Amino acid sequence: MGKEKEYVTITIDDQEIQARPGEFIVDVARRHGIYIPVLCNLKGVKPAGSCRICTVLVNGRPMTSCTTPVADGMEITTRSPELEDFRRSVIEILFVEGNHFCPACEKSGNCELQALAYRFEIMVPRYPYQFPHREIDASWPLLLKDHNRCVLCKRCIRTIFDKEGHPIFAFRNRGHELEITIDPEYGKNMTDEMARQAAENCPVGALLYRKKHGFEIPIGKRKYDKEPIGSDVEKRKKEKVS
Amino acid sequence: MKTTAFDFEKITEKYGNDKTRLMDMLIDIQQELGYVPQEALPVLARKTDTSQAWVEQTLSFYHFFRRQPSGKYTVFLNKSVVSWMMGRERVARTFEEEAGCRFGEVSPDGLIGLFDTSCIGMSDQEPAALINGKVFTRLTPFRVREIVRNMRSGKPVTELSTSGYGGGRNALEVIRSEVRNNIQRKGPLLQDNYQYGEVLRQKLKTLSPEDVIREIQLSELRGRGGAGFPTGLKWEFCRKAKGERKFIFCNADEGEPGTFKDRVLLTEYPELVFEGMTLAAYAVGAREGILYIRYEYKYLEEHLHTVLRKLREENLLGKDIAGMQGFDFDIRIQYGAGAYVCGEESALLESAEGKRGEPRFKPPFPVEKGYLGFPTIINNVETLCDAVKIIHFGSEWYRSLGTEASKGTKVLSISGDCRYPGIYELEWGYTVNDILDMSGAEEVQAVQVGGPSGTLIGPEEFDRILCYNDLATGGSFIIFNQRRDLLRNVVLNFMEFFIEESCGSCVPCRNMPWLLKQKLEKILNGHGVWKDLEDLESWPGIMRINRCGLGQTAANPVISSLRNFRALYEERIQKGRSFDEGFELEKAVEESCKAVGRVPLI
Repeated sequence: MGKEKEYVTITIDDQEIQARPGEFIVDVARRHGIYIPVLCNLKGVKPAGSCRICTVLVNGRPMTSCTTPVADGMEITTRSPELEDFRRSVIEILFVEGNHFCPACEKSGNCELQALAYRFEIMVPRYPYQFPHREIDASWPLLLKDHNRCVLCKRCIRTIFDKEGHPIFAFRNRGHELEITIDPEYGKNMTDEMARQAAENCPVGALLYRKKHGFEIPIGKRKYDKEPIGSDVEKRKKEKVS
Repeated sequence: MKTTAFDFEKITEKYGNDKTRLMDMLIDIQQELGYVPQEALPVLARKTDTSQAWVEQTLSFYHFFRRQPSGKYTVFLNKSVVSWMMGRERVARTFEEEAGCRFGEVSPDGLIGLFDTSCIGMSDQEPAALINGKVFTRLTPFRVREIVRNMRSGKPVTELSTSGYGGGRNALEVIRSEVRNNIQRKGPLLQDNYQYGEVLRQKLKTLSPEDVIREIQLSELRGRGGAGFPTGLKWEFCRKAKGERKFIFCNADEGEPGTFKDRVLLTEYPELVFEGMTLAAYAVGAREGILYIRYEYKYLEEHLHTVLRKLREENLLGKDIAGMQGFDFDIRIQYGAGAYVCGEESALLESAEGKRGEPRFKPPFPVEKGYLGFPTIINNVETLCDAVKIIHFGSEWYRSLGTEASKGTKVLSISGDCRYPGIYELEWGYTVNDILDMSGAEEVQAVQVGGPSGTLIGPEEFDRILCYNDLATGGSFIIFNQRRDLLRNVVLNFMEFFIEESCGSCVPCRNMPWLLKQKLEKILNGHGVWKDLEDLESWPGIMRINRCGLGQTAANPVISSLRNFRALYEERIQKGRSFDEGFELEKAVEESCKAVGRVPLI
């Protein structure tokens, strides 16, 4: 094999773009002001590819843009009626899978799932609500774990480790019974910083930092109350054009 | 309990306190104690330098791992579709009556635990069960009573059955199993026209690794596990990939309900399987091989180890194999612990590394970055056997078998409503009708080709042919006669299978089979309306975006039955209604009206 090329050329929605080999599609798109919705993805963190909402067509095949590195000559479609329907479907499934009562949730307005639902103008899911019985775990001094709201994105698993690198969060069970657990030993020794970070990384209100006062910023003045999710990415495009 | 005295550290040390060997540690503990007690977790976490949450993540993923004492005799009774067809219901009821507990429970005296399990690879001799790892097949209520009586009198698990040993090597001292091979048809692969070791001892003297790869490519051999990737190309990629170590995996995790051919290959032809792995190692330059085998085939463990020892003694494994200077290769056996998804090659690697069997995203592919991050080949048991025969008899010979687009033969696992269930080796190109004739099937309503992830077809499609560009299959072939209720007994069973076997990572796969099952039950219970059929048609589309083959095919039972047997659905929905009212008032008050002699005021 020859020397790795410094740049590869791809097209995203008919726009020719140069990117470094190995970069993930979603990051390249983001840099160019093209918003691909994400939920489990967290910039700079090893991707999980679990929510599937960032699915795009790569040379006609559905692939998750958060896990697929760019390669020379890739033709990528980020928007089509079918892709839009996939994305709406994922959001709707997540709403019926858990128990998401936005008005009573501390994360409301800062919640990425809620923000995506607004952006996709979802009024009512096509699937029946499951209303599962889920536990709230308030046994940790610094964190409240509410499994009703968990979307199993693995962000906590992927980002929070103790100082020796031991994983603190993990999955338990599989399939429909999948849930997040906190390690009994390392969980006890979680620092303020770790707990705060875990809650901040959680896209929904499944992990809440207990030392923070609830509703300090009133609903209505929160992050996604001001502008739809993805606006920051799309602004980049406008700046570029002007 | 005695567990307080149990030395968990001895087990972690046996595996070098290496967290990638967590599966082996958990399997050993379970083997010793019958379950994995909670107090094992802190020890395992500390010794392998992980966390308890991490250990539990693996432990809770595999369904054969028990967390509580599960009986001195732990019974796992197969609940796959063929088991039901062959009389599981009465067998299960007898177990419950005799043991004095329900499925999912342990008898009050702690003697017997009863549990369900997915297909255990015995569809040609159902109903079948695993009891403490030993296989019991062709169960009847009478035999169940006998077995439970023997349990009560304290007999060891090897003496519970009186049915004698199955044929062939099943009768070997190291197997001693009542499992029958049921080889109904031998083709070029299964024919005994080859003495193992000849390829390694003779052919490789004149063939370079590149020659081997070229010959495999010329044969047009494709993966026999179901996906059909060209084997030679896979080997070439791995040969070219850079890595300090390279690995050859044999995928013996056949979990597709209705398939059992690998069971027979590993019983009767393990030398061929291991020679195939060694051949692949020669071709790509690997020194380490792993046979990843499903827990259901634990009864073959001693047999396989015996064969490996024999091959080492005969210089067909180990150092300077067959006298070739510097050609070193050896194989170890890695057991799974009950997870269909681990048959997906990257989930298999995760599992072999001691983790939950969650498929990886690709790229990178295993040939570049596989086991422990090194270039890795993962081939199906049958593919590896084919490869040996191709090198022995030549690619031209192999290409003369099969059809224009699908070369060679396929070993089918045929079960269900036919007179001669078992394995059949056929050249590609036979029609479904041919196969039904061959196996003695009559009044056939439908055939499930390729297992639950495959497709359900009816008589109007029985002239289709088995090959990669028509009906491709990993080998499962289940026959249903006219008396079977396809929706209730087949489709629903398959959907329950996929619900249980999803790893849960992808949103659609974790939820959609569940949602579809609810719809199906609604229709089966007479509450369905036209809109429910439309939903069943449109909802599964999203399964395309799941990460792995399991997720992408997990709605296939609904999709293919709705396409090919739509009338079965239509006859069950409420006609002329666009909305299900949940219940009929007249019907609901009927009984009470009758009792008090009143005419309902509706």
